[in-house]
Amino acid sequence: MSSVIRVENLSKSYLIRHQQREPYLALRDVLTDSVKGFFRRLAAPDQKDSAIRAEEEFWALKNVSFEVRQGDRIGIIGRNGAGKSTLLKILSRITEPTRGRVSIKGRIASLLEVGTGFHPELTGRENIFLNGAILGMSKSEIRAKFDEIVTFAEVEKFLDTPVKRYSSGMYVRLAFSVAAHLEPEILLVDEVLAVGDIHFQKKCLGKMQDTGHDGRTVLFVSHNMDSLSSLCNRGILLSSGQVHSMGDMQEAIREYSDSTSTNPPSIKNHGRRGGEGGIRIEDLWIADARGHRINEIPLDEPLEVCIDASASAPYRNRSDIIIGIGIDTRDGRRLATCVSSWVDNRIEIRSGRSCIRCLIPFLPLVPDTYLISASISARGITLDYIEHCGSVHLVEKESTPAYKGRHSDHGLVRIPCSFEVESV
Amino acid sequence: MRISPTRSPEFDLVIEAGRGLGRYWKDLWLFRGLFFFLAWRDVLVRYKQTVIGVAWAVLRPLLTMVVFTAIFGRLAKLPSEGVPYPILVFAAMLPWQMFSSGLQESSESLLANAQMISKIYFPRIIVPTSAVAVSLVDFLFSFAILLGLMAWYGLWPTWRMATLPLFTLLALAAALGTGFWFSALSAKYRDFRYVVPFVVQFGLFASPVGFSSTIVPEKWQLLYSLNPMVGVIDGFRWALLGGDTTLSPARLALSALVVAVVFTTGFLHFRRTERVLADVI
Repeated sequence: MSSVIRVENLSKSYLIRHQQREPYLALRDVLTDSVKGFFRRLAAPDQKDSAIRAEEEFWALKNVSFEVRQGDRIGIIGRNGAGKSTLLKILSRITEPTRGRVSIKGRIASLLEVGTGFHPELTGRENIFLNGAILGMSKSEIRAKFDEIVTFAEVEKFLDTPVKRYSSGMYVRLAFSVAAHLEPEILLVDEVLAVGDIHFQKKCLGKMQDTGHDGRTVLFVSHNMDSLSSLCNRGILLSSGQVHSMGDMQEAIREYSDSTSTNPPSIKNHGRRGGEGGIRIEDLWIADARGHRINEIPLDEPLEVCIDASASAPYRNRSDIIIGIGIDTRDGRRLATCVSSWVDNRIEIRSGRSCIRCLIPFLPLVPDTYLISASISARGITLDYIEHCGSVHLVEKESTPAYKGRHSDHGLVRIPCSFEVESV
Repeated sequence: MRISPTRSPEFDLVIEAGRGLGRYWKDLWLFRGLFFFLAWRDVLVRYKQTVIGVAWAVLRPLLTMVVFTAIFGRLAKLPSEGVPYPILVFAAMLPWQMFSSGLQESSESLLANAQMISKIYFPRIIVPTSAVAVSLVDFLFSFAILLGLMAWYGLWPTWRMATLPLFTLLALAAALGTGFWFSALSAKYRDFRYVVPFVVQFGLFASPVGFSSTIVPEKWQLLYSLNPMVGVIDGFRWALLGGDTTLSPARLALSALVVAVVFTTGFLHFRRTERVLADVI
């Protein structure tokens, strides 16, 4: 079969600004910076204005090439920051690539979010037309599918009610129903199935599977390996903006879970990194109660997250340093965050090199591998931030009863509990 | 996998850095439906949200007219080109209201639709354009009131009324051109939107809304016409009121030229910003 998408040496870079106080560019800052720069050049004409050029290039995608044949259902997986969403954004033309080319054959529609453009003041009927138009359907197409959309969403009675009065379930059902009735030749889907109740999710998965069997091409980004393995026949594993491998979906999933265990995250093998500098995280490791470096820890045992940090002179002897530790699942979902200021711990870094320890009496989580992220900040400015730079493998103790019959649907948190029976 | 770079004709769409303008026009045509839907949404929401939705469109220009008539007509006793002062003011309120609300709506429009812009592709220029289109609906309401007012004062439209669509287009082009500039700038610089209300307020008094442009000394007239709304408002008065109103072709041409320049540069600037819009918004 011929290819319908051809991606050639696709790259996308972003500029990350470090000098910013606010997340957005402000005209005020641009003006004051250029005035400052002007006077600095007057004073020292040869000097480069390093303060203004405090930008760093970050390659979200690097020389990505692949081909998609007609009828392929491709799952795209990878760690957070691997470039999955950037790839979908380029394919759906939301953002332009920096280099490279994508060639597409056939009508393409993207579903990066459910209910894009929904307006709370408008009725269900009006929103169907609006959302359909936003997703690229023509008026006659929407009219032809209108009844089907309404029946699928199970909102017949509320068609003329403003959607602001809908329950969140109805809202999502209606939004997804419009999207599920898109009939493009190529469909790009981002993690959108994480919404709605399980019954409706299954219905949508079924609807999209039908789409695949009609010879339509689907590109699907998800962290839900179960739905990926049932929906997709081929998989692309992305890693730090590059195609790590491409092949059978099951194989890609296996490779992905292997890569997190054989190549565990460390200070050198991390996700995103950012921050303005001043204090730098040099190393991060997990230790047990006796201070020994470990990779696995039995359930209910105390552990320490240790950070080796180096501070430049202006950041020494200050008491406004805040340390944050994040605990994520393997697919990057945040489970818990420990922040020094939340527990009223004052962090003072005296010398150039210090070891900071975060003591955790036990992790109330089920046995699995968890990823650790760390940040150091001062007065609201992030000095260093490393995502997924460590991991801990929580294992069952021999003495604790086995978690027999436990399934991923049963949740990740362990709540101490006991059961009692009383005859009445 | 190594793929040799080929540009085969079998593909419908090629995505590369720096899209051509030809493709852009084609996309604009393809997405024309979305333009109407967005404008329709904004109109619906505008007249749904408030009970006094329509009343608001009517009251605002009426109240402004009363105030301006009192201040400029009664207190300052400015000349009125031979027509009742309220009519003189209201004829100018029509294009001014359309321009200012179109400008305000469109400069906010990109930020208001940021969610949509970061999640779906369409030619972004649709957003500020449809925002301006909404002000056309308010314009129609005000226009009906003006006709009523004119009937009240016993003024009847002449053949000149037929030229009104041209001046309306000029006002729309002025609103769009500045709207392109301001929407792109406010998306890029988050504090720029604080500039917009100031520009509108300033513009109200820098344009001959509350008074006739004839009170400006002859030697400054040409310079005054650099304000594109001068040509538009003079045109409106000339087309609607009859009386002693005159229209200088040279000054009108100058205003039209300024509008053309603002519109073209605005469009080009918007196109440039559009490329990185999803990354900065």
